[in-house]
Amino acid sequence: MSASLEKGVRVLKEVIDAPIASYFSSCVHCGLCAEACLFYTETGDPKYTPIHKLEPMRRLYEQEYTVLGRLKKLIGLSKAVTDAELAEWQELVYNSCTLCGRCSVVCPVGNDIVYMVRKFREGMSASGNAPVGIKGAANRTITIGSPMGVKLPAVKAQMRHVEEDYGLPIPMDAEGAEYLVMLSSMEIMNFPEYLGAIAKIMNQAGKTWTLCSTAFEATNAGMQIGNSDLARVIVSRIVEAAEKLKVKTVISPECGHAYTALRWEGANLMGRSFGFKVRHIIEVLGEFQEQGLLKTEGFETDRLTFHDPCQLARRGGVIKQQRTLMNMVSKNFVEMPDAGFMNWCCGGGGGASAIEEGEELRMEAFKKKKSQFDAVKPDRVVTACANCRIVMEEGLEHYNMNLPVVGLTEMIADHIPNPVVAKPEGS
Amino acid sequence: MGELQFLTWVRGTGLNLAISIFLLGVLVRLLEIYSLGRKKDLAEPRSLAGASGMNTVFRRSIPPEGMLKNSPITYIGGYVFHIGLVIIIFLFAPHIKFFQDLLGFSWPGLPSQAVDFAAVLTIVALLLILFDRISKPVKRYLSTFQDWFTWALTFLPVLTGWMAVQHLLLPYTTMLALHILTVELLLVFLPFTKLFHAFTVFGSRWYNGTVNGHKGVAV
Repeated sequence: MSASLEKGVRVLKEVIDAPIASYFSSCVHCGLCAEACLFYTETGDPKYTPIHKLEPMRRLYEQEYTVLGRLKKLIGLSKAVTDAELAEWQELVYNSCTLCGRCSVVCPVGNDIVYMVRKFREGMSASGNAPVGIKGAANRTITIGSPMGVKLPAVKAQMRHVEEDYGLPIPMDAEGAEYLVMLSSMEIMNFPEYLGAIAKIMNQAGKTWTLCSTAFEATNAGMQIGNSDLARVIVSRIVEAAEKLKVKTVISPECGHAYTALRWEGANLMGRSFGFKVRHIIEVLGEFQEQGLLKTEGFETDRLTFHDPCQLARRGGVIKQQRTLMNMVSKNFVEMPDAGFMNWCCGGGGGASAIEEGEELRMEAFKKKKSQFDAVKPDRVVTACANCRIVMEEGLEHYNMNLPVVGLTEMIADHIPNPVVAKPEGS
Repeated sequence: MGELQFLTWVRGTGLNLAISIFLLGVLVRLLEIYSLGRKKDLAEPRSLAGASGMNTVFRRSIPPEGMLKNSPITYIGGYVFHIGLVIIIFLFAPHIKFFQDLLGFSWPGLPSQAVDFAAVLTIVALLLILFDRISKPVKRYLSTFQDWFTWALTFLPVLTGWMAVQHLLLPYTTMLALHILTVELLLVFLPFTKLFHAFTVFGSRWYNGTVNGHKGVAV
């Protein structure tokens, strides 16, 4: 056994817990999870059946944690997990799984398959079997500070542009602000409107907020790759910033996995609960709307639909807010089939969009999204995840579809009357 | 071994052996699975009505939207043979008598014609499920020896029981002995194969419901 395989096996043995043991013991090979997976439905290739993506981990579980399995191993009746096998599984565990979690909600015996894939990635990563693309993104986040290599000067430059364009201050390192706003590099580089939108929204709501110079990047490739050590380093920057600046709430940007990393995995990665709250920007907008702090004018009149980012809706429980917000600013909002809790993934979540060699498969899987669009024929698609946005734009381009994709936060901000500079709350 | 000796063995030594292995097996398997434990979730919880382990234990018995239409044989066949098995095992008068001898108490059963009907439906459903496993690419791809073996372990007790009652093929005593023998095989293998989902299905659904319920997601 190679040293890296040994390491991977050790990590896998550590992450196997009672839920995983129960899930493996419950699977009856009914194959229903395949019907929930866009990589299977769009290719028809049974190797993409979600539970099959865990086969090496299942065998390891059996060989290490069951009496009968250990006996079989002892007398040489079981097939050991090998380097070659894990290498082969890379495509199944990363390229063809976006951690969208549809399989976990259809399994009749109740197996949380995506929970297992997330844990399996820990072993894959430790054994050196994570794809180069996500590994690179994780390394850049650790060394440079962001997966796209964005550094603080780039953020500051965007801040200046936005301040000029919107006539509103973009605070940085403001101690005692209520909200710490996080960004994703995608927003810094491709969608700076997001920052302007935040400024407008916070200004109208009369809330104090800030960016942080030591923690502006919220995405967490460490989590996507399945390396909890890296994921912890990335999360800890944000936790330290939030504590240093004494904010009440950290706002995850329009990015699904950043939300999962901060909101649900963060405290577990750090091994302690947080003294501040973590909310997705859509949740914050939902709260403002409920409290009457969000007032919009006018409506979009073209036909709009909403793409639910998996980590926000199915994996994060935020489903109603975006619909309320859509209806606030749109007269012609139509829902795609399966929208909301059962929405289909854009095909590039969970780090998949960073895997170059997975692009062809991703485009194939995008046919699912395309079919949802075709069913309602929208003029524009609204979403709340910069990664979904980029992936969908690529897919639409690939299929020659002229369908603009926009972010919900920006759309809301577009309907906020231009700033009459309000006094921040409490001053 | 003559027919009667065979019947005596399966009713005595064989049965004791099978029940012992079954009980011990169930105990060991439950312990080796659930003693692994899990880490406490430190993320700030969000609560939502309907999002809990218990909710999922029940909710997962109903197909999610669109799935029934997508995989009718899996769902309908699955319902029919699972419900059929419960009716046959627990509501057939001779079986209730067996449980009474074993446990010391009994309950009312169904008329034998009703159980007979359930048995025929169960047999048909199991055959359909088998056909589905052979013909559907995903199921065939996932199938290992265990899948075919456990299918047989489930099918044979129903078939032999029904044939014994109908006095088909073999003399009643022989068929009855075969029936009991196949039940014993089922008991012996249940804890160590995928048939153990009969026990772990509740734990699995509960974990899934709890882990996601913590996030305010009703799965």
